[in-house]
Amino acid sequence: MKKQIFFLVTFLGITATLVVSCFQKNGTLQSKSGNETVSYNFDIRPILSDKCYACHGPDAKKREAGLRLDIADGAYAKLKEGKGVAIFPGKPEQSEVYKRITSVDPSYQMPTPESHLGLLNESEIGLVRKWIEQGAKYEKHWAFTAPVLPAVPEVSNTEWPKNEIDHFVLQKMEGAGLSPNEEAGKSHLLKRVALDLTGLPPTLEMQKKFETDGSEKAYGKVVDELLGQKTYGEKMAVYWLDVARYADSYGYQDDEVRTQWPWRDWLINAFNKNMPYDKFLTLQIAGDMLKNANKEQILATAFFRNHKYTEEGGVIPEEYRVEYNIDKTKTFSTGVLGLTVECAQCHDHKYDPISQEDYYRLFAFFNNSKEVGYEGTVFDSKPAKKPTLTISDEDARTLLSFINRPDTSRLMVSVLGERDTLRPTYILNRGVYDAPGKVVTASALPSVMKFDTAKLPQNRLGLAKWTTSKSNPLTARVFVNQVWQEFFGRGIVKSTGDFGMQGELPSNPALLDWLAVDFMNHDWDIKRLVKQIVTSATYRQSAKISDEKRKADPDNIFLSHGPRYRIPAEMIRDMVLSTSGLLNLKTGGPSVKPYQPKGLWEAATSGRGSLKSYQQDKGEALYRRGMYTFIKLTVPPPSMIIFDASNRDHCEIKRSKTNTPLQALVMLNDPTVLEASRVLAERISLKSTNTESKIKESFQRIVCRAPTEKELKLLTDYYNSEISMFAKDKKQASKVLSIGEYPREAKVNEVQAAALMRLINTLYNMEETITKS
Amino acid sequence: MEKQVFDFGVNTTRRHFLSKLSLGVGSAALGSLLIPDLFKGGGGEGDVNEFMAGLPHFAPKAKRVIYLFQNGAPSQLDLFDYKPMLNKMHGQDLPESIRGGQRLTGMTANQAKFPLAGSIFNFKQNGKAGAWMSDLLPHMANIVDDLCIIKTLNTEAINHDPALTFFQTGAQVGNRPSFGSWLSYGLGSENQNLPGFCVLLSRGKGNGQGVYSKLWTNGFLDSVHQGVQFSSGENPVLYLNDPDGMDRTRRRKMLDNLAELNQGTYNEFGDPEITAKVQQYEMAFRMQTAVPEITDMSKEPESIVKMYGPECLVPGTYAANCLLARKLSEQGVRFIQLYHQGWDSHGGLPNEIKGQCLDVDQSSAALITDLKQRGLLDETLVIWGGEFGRTNYCQGTLTKDNYGRDHHPRAFTVLMAGGGIKPGIVYGETDEFGYNIVKDPVHVHDFHATILNQLGLDHEKLVYKHQGRRYRLTDVAGKLVKGIIA
Repeated sequence: MKKQIFFLVTFLGITATLVVSCFQKNGTLQSKSGNETVSYNFDIRPILSDKCYACHGPDAKKREAGLRLDIADGAYAKLKEGKGVAIFPGKPEQSEVYKRITSVDPSYQMPTPESHLGLLNESEIGLVRKWIEQGAKYEKHWAFTAPVLPAVPEVSNTEWPKNEIDHFVLQKMEGAGLSPNEEAGKSHLLKRVALDLTGLPPTLEMQKKFETDGSEKAYGKVVDELLGQKTYGEKMAVYWLDVARYADSYGYQDDEVRTQWPWRDWLINAFNKNMPYDKFLTLQIAGDMLKNANKEQILATAFFRNHKYTEEGGVIPEEYRVEYNIDKTKTFSTGVLGLTVECAQCHDHKYDPISQEDYYRLFAFFNNSKEVGYEGTVFDSKPAKKPTLTISDEDARTLLSFINRPDTSRLMVSVLGERDTLRPTYILNRGVYDAPGKVVTASALPSVMKFDTAKLPQNRLGLAKWTTSKSNPLTARVFVNQVWQEFFGRGIVKSTGDFGMQGELPSNPALLDWLAVDFMNHDWDIKRLVKQIVTSATYRQSAKISDEKRKADPDNIFLSHGPRYRIPAEMIRDMVLSTSGLLNLKTGGPSVKPYQPKGLWEAATSGRGSLKSYQQDKGEALYRRGMYTFIKLTVPPPSMIIFDASNRDHCEIKRSKTNTPLQALVMLNDPTVLEASRVLAERISLKSTNTESKIKESFQRIVCRAPTEKELKLLTDYYNSEISMFAKDKKQASKVLSIGEYPREAKVNEVQAAALMRLINTLYNMEETITKS
Repeated sequence: MEKQVFDFGVNTTRRHFLSKLSLGVGSAALGSLLIPDLFKGGGGEGDVNEFMAGLPHFAPKAKRVIYLFQNGAPSQLDLFDYKPMLNKMHGQDLPESIRGGQRLTGMTANQAKFPLAGSIFNFKQNGKAGAWMSDLLPHMANIVDDLCIIKTLNTEAINHDPALTFFQTGAQVGNRPSFGSWLSYGLGSENQNLPGFCVLLSRGKGNGQGVYSKLWTNGFLDSVHQGVQFSSGENPVLYLNDPDGMDRTRRRKMLDNLAELNQGTYNEFGDPEITAKVQQYEMAFRMQTAVPEITDMSKEPESIVKMYGPECLVPGTYAANCLLARKLSEQGVRFIQLYHQGWDSHGGLPNEIKGQCLDVDQSSAALITDLKQRGLLDETLVIWGGEFGRTNYCQGTLTKDNYGRDHHPRAFTVLMAGGGIKPGIVYGETDEFGYNIVKDPVHVHDFHATILNQLGLDHEKLVYKHQGRRYRLTDVAGKLVKGIIA
């Protein structure tokens, strides 16, 4: 892998620090000057954490030789085994750590060969040496220190920045010897921002309007328009649905249907109303415990009840009740705090200062719910598990008017609800439900921020207050990073779900902190944050990747070009349906069952429950947005999974972005794509007989720009060759057009429509079509 | 000047593509569906190179695995683990000293009694090792000298979902990568036209437990490592078939046009993902030929059909899947996972198990024999077994010739063949009640470690770093079962 060196400048007021990219392999440190201060947080901790802490870190039970290297007191103290000290500040040669990491003797060197952790490379050794020489100063983990609003840096190119974000980005870029791309062409920019804000490509009308609006405010107007659409809330909801592991069935073997979708309607509405993020979290964590909590507030807590529930005969209820609580704890810590605490379920965390006791104190917040571990088998299944919220017609007309009701029957949703008497929480030995140890009370992670029991109640309300406190070092950072990832494809902290010691360091710490503090200072206003990002010059850059930039910065860490990513699974479906005119823009309501390959549910079912066979919907339900496709946990919708959608088995904060032959097969052969191709071909064929205008309109709708001369020629030739083929065999044309349940256009010239359908299907398969660029 | 990233036309593209793939096994993580070099990043933050150096770790004995999973848990006491004591004590209570505090499922926890149930089936000894097998498995009994019979598998889970998940991913809960995904990640694919990890489902008439797509999930590995489910329907692989009216020539024409359009985008943006996309379309095109060829049983000679049984010509049956597994393994598919449902006999076991054995006996044996006659058994590891065993005591009403058995995690039997595993041996012993292990226990982690070993992988070194932690299939445990390695 390419050696890289880059500068990270001024973080939390610490002097400029030379940082070697984590990608560097086996290289020597090519420092531009030898005098930089080595930073514990940025240079040393990643090495020690990865190579040493597993045996010499926070986990007291696994600590070897009584030596602890994650805190200064442990590292400087006299060794319990052997002579001397592990780290002698100022004297690497007298530091046991240094001697061992540089040793070639397998019986002496560290890490030991048996650990399979690998030795430190030269540059890592160099850094450790320098750090010890400079006094081996320890620092608190960067992410556990509350962010402070950094000054907006001065930059030499004052023309380029459009807002503060650009100053931070440009400073880094200039430091790396890169310069920004030009602004993206209008059509690409519009497609990008429309996809990012609403999950849908721009309509023809929107494209025309933007193309012809030459005013400076044109882009800002489009952004405001998009932010005001209902589809904005849907787009934002998708990533939170992954965090919330939302699904339409209970999971486990019989996998019966459940009703959590009213919570999804709440979620979409919350984003559309621009509910501040602190309130958004408070309602979901403790809406039921607010004074005189209303049904909307209670409904929000369904967030924590979306996990799986077993209905397998013969399970041990307590085992599963504990399991569900573990899931809630994980969803909270990963989705909201960006920490992986689950290690501490069985033992003290090996890397982060989170003890097993800390874990169960966090777990205790969720442990007082009225839930039981088991309510019976699939034969007694109800659409929600206790405690439940019942939603009446009256509710749906008034307070909960955002709920898109399908019928008049009573709705039930699984929500949170506290027991009257406190259920004791025990530290569970090895994380096993039937091995209770010491009793603990509820408290949040002390290493992140003190949970002050004098001020905060030891229940979920207290947890919500702790979480949304402006002093909490993680909540805002994790959220702005998540939003950044939505737009740039990669977080400022790449490991979105791990801000702990083993997580990646922020590529631009000052920017992250500025965004986080600014976000909190402006009342956790999500739309404002989103607008800041999409109106920045950074976001608006062209996505072109020059050879030089690809070589210098293959992962675009310095953001010297715009984001270019294949769009998520749900949006691929949305794109196909919307450009063909088939999309049903209804918001919310129960999930739907569109086309799906035959026999999938039937092959995997236990034969019990109402979901043992797939009952495909009819009519307009076939054309809903991808986020409304029914998710049966044991057999999630295949076209979604093939495009890397979450299987919703547990909380996820990042999807992979793969490129596989199965994806090609979906775009080529999925009836959804073929039907959309057919319907659009028929509609355009009816409108015009001019080949060029037909091709141009198809292209403009689907690729969202005008075709080049070359493209037009290629497509015209292709169209004509298909025409001549179908003209020879008209029956074939008819056959090709008979795909999908949407009614055929009777008056259409079948030969022309079939040829155009082929062409349109080709456009849907273009890489550019399903990519924001 | 234009950047030429690929040649147009079928042959040149294909040649170019194949030359890209000719890195050979082990030199790179090819992945179940992966084009080398072109795939990077994705979801895992692990530095692949750091962990992938030097794979396989040592010379492999097996190149691939066929896992015949008997989903629902077959009764070891009615098939392999012969316990005349149970017949002697038929109807008497299981002594508390034997149960030794074993937790019970909620199905039998409230039973007042735990009456022992002797198997109604006849057992006899077979082969050089004198391995016991009941008369339910006559074909398997014939090939017993090729089998390694492990009587002492044990697991921690007592319910189907966690137990299955444990066998397939090394953990009872969580979204961990499945066994096949680990192999795809560690060893890649040997075939350019087929996925390296294929999943085949079938169902018997016995009490069924569903299967779940998370059993062949890639977990936190990139999704190129996920298992690809083959189905018996119109499309052997999802979305494989071209629609009506699209012949190969027209498809080729379309893909050539598509490639040219994508080339235009590449010229503008210079994004390597575009090149990768074009190549994935080429692999898809080749899969469209390769998969139907492999699922077509019509060219199999009569002798083979006779060997697997007539059901092997009925798509979607276990027998057909066994035959397909052989064909896939011949093509170098790394991990072929079968699931046959219907072994969960809580009641009416004698009747249910007869049906299940009829489904699987002949074709399981045929698969092993067939591999052997083709010289493939040495390099193919075949595994046969369920997610746990069944209790020696009866669930529900016990009569002279009818009984049910609950889940039993403490000791059960799994069979292995080929792949450098000792043939013709019986490994491990249970007590005279068939309840506890008295000699040579094999935990699921040990089992996994041993299978990886046969494939040339050190289970402690096959790791993937996810969210700051190094993960293994064997978690933090697993010891090689040296006694079964040839």
